[in-house]
Amino acid sequence: MSRHLSTRAQETPPSGIRRFFEVAEEMDDVISLGVGEPDFSAPWAARTAAIDSLERGRTSYTSNRGRRDLREAIADRVERYDHYYDPDDEILVTAGASEAVDLAMRALVDPGDTVAVPEPSYISYTPTVSFAGGDSLPVRTRAEEEFALRYEDLERAGAADAEALVLCYPNNPTGAVMSEDGLAEVAEFVEEHDLFVLSDEIYAALRYEDDHASIATIPGMRERTVVFNGFSKAYAMTGFRLGYALGPSEVIGAMNRIHQYTMLSAPTTAQYAALEAIEACDDAVEDMRRAYDRRRRFVISRFNELGMDCFEAKGAFYVFPKCPPGWEDDEAFAEALLEEESVALVPGRVFGEGGEGHLRVSYATGMSELKTALNRIESFVRE
Amino acid sequence: MDDKRELLDLLLRDARESPEDIARQTGLDAAAVETLLTELEEEGVVRGYQAVVDWDRVDEEHVQAQLELNVELDRETGYEEIARRIAKFPEVSSLRLVSGDFDFAVDVEGKSMHDVSQFVSERIAPIPEVTQTVTHFVMETYKERGIEMGDTDEDDRLTFSP
Repeated sequence: MSRHLSTRAQETPPSGIRRFFEVAEEMDDVISLGVGEPDFSAPWAARTAAIDSLERGRTSYTSNRGRRDLREAIADRVERYDHYYDPDDEILVTAGASEAVDLAMRALVDPGDTVAVPEPSYISYTPTVSFAGGDSLPVRTRAEEEFALRYEDLERAGAADAEALVLCYPNNPTGAVMSEDGLAEVAEFVEEHDLFVLSDEIYAALRYEDDHASIATIPGMRERTVVFNGFSKAYAMTGFRLGYALGPSEVIGAMNRIHQYTMLSAPTTAQYAALEAIEACDDAVEDMRRAYDRRRRFVISRFNELGMDCFEAKGAFYVFPKCPPGWEDDEAFAEALLEEESVALVPGRVFGEGGEGHLRVSYATGMSELKTALNRIESFVRE
Repeated sequence: MDDKRELLDLLLRDARESPEDIARQTGLDAAAVETLLTELEEEGVVRGYQAVVDWDRVDEEHVQAQLELNVELDRETGYEEIARRIAKFPEVSSLRLVSGDFDFAVDVEGKSMHDVSQFVSERIAPIPEVTQTVTHFVMETYKERGIEMGDTDEDDRLTFSP
């Protein structure tokens, strides 16, 4: 059989969290802090818009780029981040931000090109770079900098020779965010070395201390940046699979050429839900954001009380504490914790360089489960 | 949002949060939370803490009814006076003056339909200012104080996702 499989497929390693997943699935009473999606359901208004569209028989393809009214609504919406994009040719609606990332890699990366990927990072960038025939270059970010990307990190990793740079802030898995000054520093490097930027801003709405800043808004960067966002995280609509890309028309056009042959158009039902989400669900988003913020403070306090050094992550719904004293190996810790206390979290090393010795903890879980989980971790650590 | 308002939001969600847990969620210290709580109680903002009970799951008869009351005011008697009198009955769990076709919306609870009917006919209807009562017995409660009573949907998310 395997002789039929492509080298590319065979060489792609399975996701590092799969082994854990199989163990956890066999267990009862597991509290999972390993989930990378909201525990809330999509806002009811968005769900009813989807139902309405189905009742009216809106089940055909849409335009490749996505429904015109949705693109206009997106253009309006992203103005809050100082993004100004033309719904005609600078916005592409995709099947999740994941599709947008894949399209951008394929539209921008030639075989042999290098894409710099700050790590720890979300696990999909490196595989999508290699699907496009490129090589990824890990850029290690540091705990001392609260995992924000610094100019010297790029320098040290040799990113000067790369063709493109991926950014993901607010960050999965660390919860790190970038300040405007920090972004300006990165932009300087990008311009000096003529890189193109793929900025995954899917967690933009989940900032807790200040507003989101996008690298695309820094002078000179708009024409060399494609921004990804979507409805999964802010609106708790992961299963709808709806995202979008913003960028210069040339890049969006190239992405659309691939998209029209592979996806045709993003799911129609989801596009109706998304339009309603933009128009009617701001309050629901704000309620969720505030709930996350409380949980965020709670888990950060608890981990620090337990001696598990946890910096104050200011975005997304993750914190990234260190293993407690006496535990060097994050994977061993996560495994033992799962076995003994039935609490599931993800070892930091899964997310690449710089993640070792850390744990990704998702607080997209109800307050009472979080309390129980932290009590269990406490009894495990105190043993 | 000021700290008190934030505290109120937390208590509205879960009144059993300990001051320590509230402190962890708000960034205040536990002593400050206790002080704010005391203030909220003394100012009469927080009037009490109660459980939300699904009576269908309690092994005893429990009947709830909503009452519409119309009253007639005169120079000496206003809504306040009448309300004060009705609110005293322990059977009355809530009492509101409302706009629309009737004056007071009253929630009444009792051990049986007979109890509740008797209460209405013997205690409420005879009040001189009360001109009309309409009683609606509650047949099913789906949601109470923001909490849904049905079986909650299971969390069907995968244990791990990237």
